[in-house]
Amino acid sequence: MHSIIKVQDLGKTYDSGFTALNNISLEIKRGEIFALLGPNGAGKTTLISIICGIARATSGNVLADGFDIVLNYREAREKIGLVPQELTNDAFESVWSTVNFSRGLFGKAPDKAYIEKILRQLSLWDKRNAKMRELSGGMKRRVMIAKALSHEPDILFLDEPTAGVDVELRRDMWEMVRELRESGVTIILTTHYIEEAEEMADRIGVIRKGEIILVEEKSALMDKLGKKTLSIHLQCNLNAIPSELSAFNLTLDQEGSYLHFSYDSTESDRVAELLAQLNTLEIGIKDLNSSESSLEDIFVDLVKEA
Amino acid sequence: MNFYAIRAIYKFEMARTFRTLMQSIASPVLSTSLYFIVFGTAIGSRMGDIDGVSYAAFIIPGLVMLSLLSESISNASFGIFFPKFSGTIYEVLSAPVSPFEIVAGYVGAAASKSILLGLLILLTARLFVDYTILHPIWMLVFLALTAVTFSLFGFIIGIWADDFQKLQVIPLMVITPLTFLGGAFYSINMLPDLWQTISLFNPVVYLVSGFRWAFYGVADVNIGLSLGMTGLFMLTCLATIGWIFRTGYRIRS
Ligand SMILES: Nc1ncnc2c1ncn2[C@@H]1O[C@H](COP(=O)(O)OP(=O)(O)O)[C@@H](O)[C@H]1O
Ligand SMILES: [Mg+2]
Repeated sequence: MHSIIKVQDLGKTYDSGFTALNNISLEIKRGEIFALLGPNGAGKTTLISIICGIARATSGNVLADGFDIVLNYREAREKIGLVPQELTNDAFESVWSTVNFSRGLFGKAPDKAYIEKILRQLSLWDKRNAKMRELSGGMKRRVMIAKALSHEPDILFLDEPTAGVDVELRRDMWEMVRELRESGVTIILTTHYIEEAEEMADRIGVIRKGEIILVEEKSALMDKLGKKTLSIHLQCNLNAIPSELSAFNLTLDQEGSYLHFSYDSTESDRVAELLAQLNTLEIGIKDLNSSESSLEDIFVDLVKEA
Repeated sequence: MNFYAIRAIYKFEMARTFRTLMQSIASPVLSTSLYFIVFGTAIGSRMGDIDGVSYAAFIIPGLVMLSLLSESISNASFGIFFPKFSGTIYEVLSAPVSPFEIVAGYVGAAASKSILLGLLILLTARLFVDYTILHPIWMLVFLALTAVTFSLFGFIIGIWADDFQKLQVIPLMVITPLTFLGGAFYSINMLPDLWQTISLFNPVVYLVSGFRWAFYGVADVNIGLSLGMTGLFMLTCLATIGWIFRTGYRIRS
């Protein structure tokens, strides 16, 4: 089975001369939740805009479910729904009419029952006759999602879906994304909230300065790049790290009461070795505490590498 | 063909008109009526007939054209400018719609509005002036052709404009003068030779002349030429729009 989205050597140089994407290649698997992670200005929105037809690529091409997004734009775009980063809306339109408008625009016959279903799912049904300008920011965001889902897309792009969104809506949104995935929709979200990627994604791609620097299964990424730290609370303070322990990656805190051992999550047998060594050296242990670096730390490490 | 999309855009645009009924319909009808009263009834009663038509009746086709041109342009230009300005254009750009369908929706709605308005003005004129329409079918053909052509032109302006001032400047600085000098209030045969020649470079002359011919059977220029020039202008607009979509000019970065 082919990838649902296949980006090949995609480049984008804006009229200003700025190169926002540099030969990007990326494949999205059918039915997965893919998180595109990257700092501001990395090119996330540019990439999505090109795939969705809002911007033009300077080079390269994209296939959506096997259809070229330029040559077969109708077939490609019918399959795609987009919730853009910016909240834009027609202030004087009602929720009901703007969502139905979207469905028509994407070439689907009217289906009131279906629109009602998504409005109810998004807790918008009570607001269906409200004008867009009467809605709060969170509600507007929900309407944008309803619009994106109005034509029953197979692929959903969420560009920074939870930026500036309250906790409740964020929870609802995660819930909805999971339900959509259950129903077979492929979801690509961009975010710089690491916890979002950590919580939701099956796979994670990291983009920096217009280049994809890494694509991994989330669990593999966390295993591979995850660092663990063992903090050892000593019974007696040390002045320096004993030379017998130089084989271990250790740091001593200022007072000399804690030893911190940093190791890759793949080499946990080193912990036993260290503890045995400490025992031999008769260094008493008050307490132990181990912590795992979060995706956030991994991410910060990755994008910091120049 | 994505008919649902054309219908969605068309309905959206028409809804906008009816939401702003006062501004989009009532106000042009009122202001045109003022022309009928001032130029037609008050001043016109002291003027002689032109080509055997009373002055009040003579200016009706020109006045309808005046509204038709400015309303077609402002409706169509605003219709596409506003989504661009507010950002909602993203949805149209990401939808499976062809340039033809986008234009059919926006320009179709703008032209429908203008035609409706033109007919309303004609009806209103009947309250003040007694006039006849010799060739009603041709009258409708000119009405529709002009509405569509200038809605296409408005669409181009709406895409070109990147601020509100640019949106206003062409209608105000170009179209209004051309219309006033295009024989709406006089026959260009009444001008000195030099100005008659200069007038022939004004496209509005051909529209007004053709439209007036449909009413009274008299024209400043040949009726075929009127149709031809209108058609030529329409083709120019279509070609420009084609170029806009091919290059992404000011809509797709
Ligand atoms: N229309 C444009 N013209 C010129 N540069 C742009 C345009 N849009 C975005 N950029 C630049 O391209 C880079 C990537 O932007 P964007 O894709 O929005 O990043 P992200 O979504 O990852 O924050 C940024 O440096 C931005 O300033
Ligand atoms: Mg962005």
